[in-house]
Amino acid sequence: MLKITRNIVDEMIRHGRAAAPLEACGYLAEKDGVVCKCIAMKNIDASPVHYSMDPAQQFAAIRSCRAEGLTIRAVYHSHPETGAYPSAEDIKLAFDPAVSYVIVSLAESTPCINSFTIRDHAVFSEKIEIIGSTANARCGGVLRP
Amino acid sequence: MQITVNGEANELHEAEVNLLKLLEIRRVESPEMIAVQLNGEFVDMERYPFTFLKSGDDIEFLYFMGGGSR
Repeated sequence: MLKITRNIVDEMIRHGRAAAPLEACGYLAEKDGVVCKCIAMKNIDASPVHYSMDPAQQFAAIRSCRAEGLTIRAVYHSHPETGAYPSAEDIKLAFDPAVSYVIVSLAESTPCINSFTIRDHAVFSEKIEIIGSTANARCGGVLRP
Repeated sequence: MQITVNGEANELHEAEVNLLKLLEIRRVESPEMIAVQLNGEFVDMERYPFTFLKSGDDIEFLYFMGGGSR
């Protein structure tokens, strides 16, 4: 179960919309089991259908989180035109077994957010609990591309 | 030897440990998909076998992050 505060959900959506039509990406950091920080990262691919993080920025983000007593809990990215389900490329490139993969779909007027764990190319849906309600997104309704 | 890995103190009992061996010890299954910094400097993957650790070293590694909607 991914526990996340409402303002972080809204922040991911804002980031995705601001970056559109390009994909947006970032880290989600937690404290005491609740995601409480959204770290927007640069998509160095600057692509509407792909993203890559900059390793130097990744190291900086992780060190910054550590200094704040936070732990990286998940990676998020947006799908501007497709559903909130990992693409073949997402699955192929999911190497980190320690994080969840959150996808923000902006394909419909109401954003859809889903979380997954991906191990050895197998995808497992993960429930999301939003701390504080949000009217701006729906979660848990897995949309397949 | 005492080193720091991803912010945590680690004791290595082997006399000589290179970066490749350290990644094995840490059970990194896809070393080609990670980036490594040794004392704040990136180390190219080709240098892992030749980069031997010494006491006090600070090693950070992370997975490349990428994907795509298609």
